[in-house]
Parts: sequence; C-alpha cells; structure tokens
Amino acid sequence: MSFREALAASLALLLAGDADVLSAVLVSLRVALAATFFSSLAGIPIGFLVVSRSFRGRRAVEIALRTLTAVPTVVIGLIVYTLLSRRGPLGGLELLYTETAMILGSTLLVVPLMATLTMAVVSHADPRIEETALTLGASRTRAALTVLIESRRGLLAAVASGFGRLISELGVALMVGGNIARKTRTMTTAIALETGKGDFPLAFALGLVLLGVALGVNLVVYALSQEGR
Amino acid sequence: MCTAMLALHAAAEPTRLRLATTTSTEQSGLLAHVLPEFERRFGVAVDVIAVGSGKALKLGENGDVDVIFAHAPELEEAFVRAGFGVNRRAVMRNDFVLVGPAHDPAGIKQIRSTPAALRRIAERGVTFISRGDESGTHQKERQLWREAEVTPQGVWYVSAGLGMGQVLLMADEKNAYTLSDRGTFLSYRRKGDLIIVQENDPPLDNPYSLIVVNPARYPDVKYIEAMQLIAWLTSPEGQARIGGLRHEGQILFHPMAVPAVAEEKRR
Repeated sequence: MSFREALAASLALLLAGDADVLSAVLVSLRVALAATFFSSLAGIPIGFLVVSRSFRGRRAVEIALRTLTAVPTVVIGLIVYTLLSRRGPLGGLELLYTETAMILGSTLLVVPLMATLTMAVVSHADPRIEETALTLGASRTRAALTVLIESRRGLLAAVASGFGRLISELGVALMVGGNIARKTRTMTTAIALETGKGDFPLAFALGLVLLGVALGVNLVVYALSQEGR
Repeated sequence: MCTAMLALHAAAEPTRLRLATTTSTEQSGLLAHVLPEFERRFGVAVDVIAVGSGKALKLGENGDVDVIFAHAPELEEAFVRAGFGVNRRAVMRNDFVLVGPAHDPAGIKQIRSTPAALRRIAERGVTFISRGDESGTHQKERQLWREAEVTPQGVWYVSAGLGMGQVLLMADEKNAYTLSDRGTFLSYRRKGDLIIVQENDPPLDNPYSLIVVNPARYPDVKYIEAMQLIAWLTSPEGQARIGGLRHEGQILFHPMAVPAVAEEKRR
C-alpha cells in the first residue's frame, strides 16, 4: 500500500466515524484529561511551595523533581503494574488493565513535570504580588493563590505541556492498560498495534486525530493566553 | 589491482538477505542456532525482521523483504494464491496449548477436543484473552473458534493487542484462559499459576513454512539466496540442526521437511 492509499483509507475511516477509532480517541482523551487534572492538582502546589517557601532539603526536593521528569514511561508503568498486580500490595483493588490504572500511572508520570514547570513560572512572577497581598491583609494561602492567579498564563502553558505529554504517552498505557480493544486501547497503543499488524490506514487515521487534538489544545491555550493581554 | 579490490570488497560485503519472521523463531533462539552456519557456508548475511506472521506477510506483499518465515497456513496459502510469494515449503512444526487457571473454572481439562473446550468457555462466560494482533497465534485461535462454531464476543472475550508473554501475564492476572505456543508457555511457566488444559489435539498443530517473495513481482528480490536458505533449512543437515535445539530438555521445533530425519529426531 502506498502512502497516498494509506492516507486516503485513513480519511475514509475517520469520516465514517469508525467505532474502533472513536473508542480509542475517547479513551485517550478521558485518560489524558483526568491525569492532567489530577497531576495539576498535585504538581502546581508542590512546585509553588518548593519555590516560594524555604525549608530544609528544599534544594534536594528540587533536584529530585527535576530528575523525575526524565523517568521513562515504562518505568512508571512497571511500578504501577507491580503495585496493582494480583501479587502486588494493591492487587485486591483489581484495578490492573482498567482506565483507572492508566489515569493513576499517567498522573504519577506527569506530577514532576507539572511541579518543575510551576517552579519556573512562579520564580518569574513579580515577588511584590505576594508581599502586596500580605500587606493588604490576605492570609498566606490567599496570597499564594493570588500569585498563582497572576501567573495563570504560564501555568496554562504548563498544563498544556502536561496534557501534550499524556495524550502522546505509550509506555504506561500499554503496560497497565493492556491495550484491550474498546476498553483500554488508546490512540497510541492502537497505532503501535496496527503498525505491528502491518495495517497502516487505522494507524494513520489515529495519527491524524492526535495531530488534530494537539492543534486544538494549542489553539485553546493560545486564545486563553491572549485574553486580557 | 582494481579487480583484486573488487574481489576484496565482495568478500567483505556479503549479499544481504532480508528475512521477515514470526517472533517465536527469533525469541526461542532458533535463528541464532541455525543462521550462522548458513551465513558462513553461503556467504550471505541474513537481516532478521522479527514481527508477527501477519506483518511478515505484509512486508513480503510490499516487497520490503526477500523471504518469509511464518506460521499462519491460511494466510500463507492466500499469499501464494495472490501471487505475492512462490515456493512455499514446510520446514518444521510444534504445537499450541490451551492454558488457564489452575482451578480450571470452566471445567474443560477433561474435555477431549479443543473446539469443544472453547465452546464450554464461551457458554460459561469465563474470561478468554485473545492476542488480537493478527499474529500466527491469533490466526490459529480464530480457526479454533470457527471449528467450535462460536463467534467469540461479549465481556468475557478480551482482545488484548499484546505479545504472547504479556498475554500470558494478563491471563494469569485475570484468571483467564488463552491460547499459547508451547515454547513461550514453557519459558514463562515458572512465573505464574497457569496450567495446560488442552494439548496434543490435531487442531493445535503449528506448522512453520518458508516462502520466497515472488521475484517476477519485485525484481530486486534476492531469489537465489532465498532459495539457498530454504535448501539449507530443509536439507537433512539443516533439519537435524533445527531438531537439535532444546529448552530444558524439550525439543522446541520438530523438523518436518525430510520425513526420515524428522522421525529419527522425534524418537
């Protein structure tokens, strides 16, 4: 099959709303969105605290977080697999090969990235914001929140980076999701499988959707960052 | 001088033969066991591309390889019929086993035929994990479901797009049944609780064949070298070498190209 034929066949699949394609797209989006949400919830406060508060071992925590951003996805996959396996400590939950397991693994994967990106954003924020807020009688938490709100454009870009990493993630999805058809099969695991089968149209179709999603996310982020400028 | 250099160059750069093969021949160590001797003798270097049988045939269809080593008889026949390949030759065989949890939840260990055992799994709705990847094992599994006259679908039928080892792990985790080639199951066994529930049934036979990509279709195909590979692997010597590969004392592939040698080796 030539490149053109594969491309044409993939477009036909997309336009026909092929159920396998649709299912893979939805699983990918659900997992990536949920994991982006949870990793932001954990990563942004961690990043903020590391930059704006002084405590013992702060430097070590910072280095640890930066190191963890380089952990290969298959290592996170292996850790979560071992935890959730029938013989693992959390085996009783029967979460292995479910979307929940994929969200858990993906969240763990991206928390360090969210934290380090937040650190970069907050360290560039004007230090007077927090001081002013405190002077005006805000509580420390309220002042921190003010800093984060004032840094929202940078944080938004951080969240978008996290989402970008997650939507294109393969290792965790394959290891703890198991690539089960219509259940835990994502766009990336489907592309890996279809390429392995030598069936390129479906792989191409999913590749196109991935590109589309990436474009969409970047457009939204761009629009939001322009707002109020 | 110039000719001498050319001759030297030819000696240093052997012809490269591209072999697309099912993963089991590579992972079991068979190719490492038989290819060096072939390469030494014929001055040919074999580039091994280990993929599923389905993909191996697709690579041949596209003319990306010269020769194919597969274990998917139906696909192979269709491949030759469509004019993509020539000179299909049976080389060796081993077998598949149906494996499942030690407590055999579908109660199929006593059933005499594998299709009947599969029918029972479907009736009782016990989880069955399928490779779901168009591999030779997946083809065999489809054939067995057809023989069982069951269309496998429903929550109990899990189509995992994974390799054999990962599917065995999944079957173990989910207390499920699955079809495996004996070699992979043997090398995996110590890590899980799965047992063999069906074996030595004729439908579980697993023949491996070599096919040359049709040189009339793709003139670049290294036809002569590909035929040399087939000749060597189906010769009494090549067959004896295949039969000599053992894993914990068990023969992994029974040679079947030369009946007399096959019989002698099997004893």
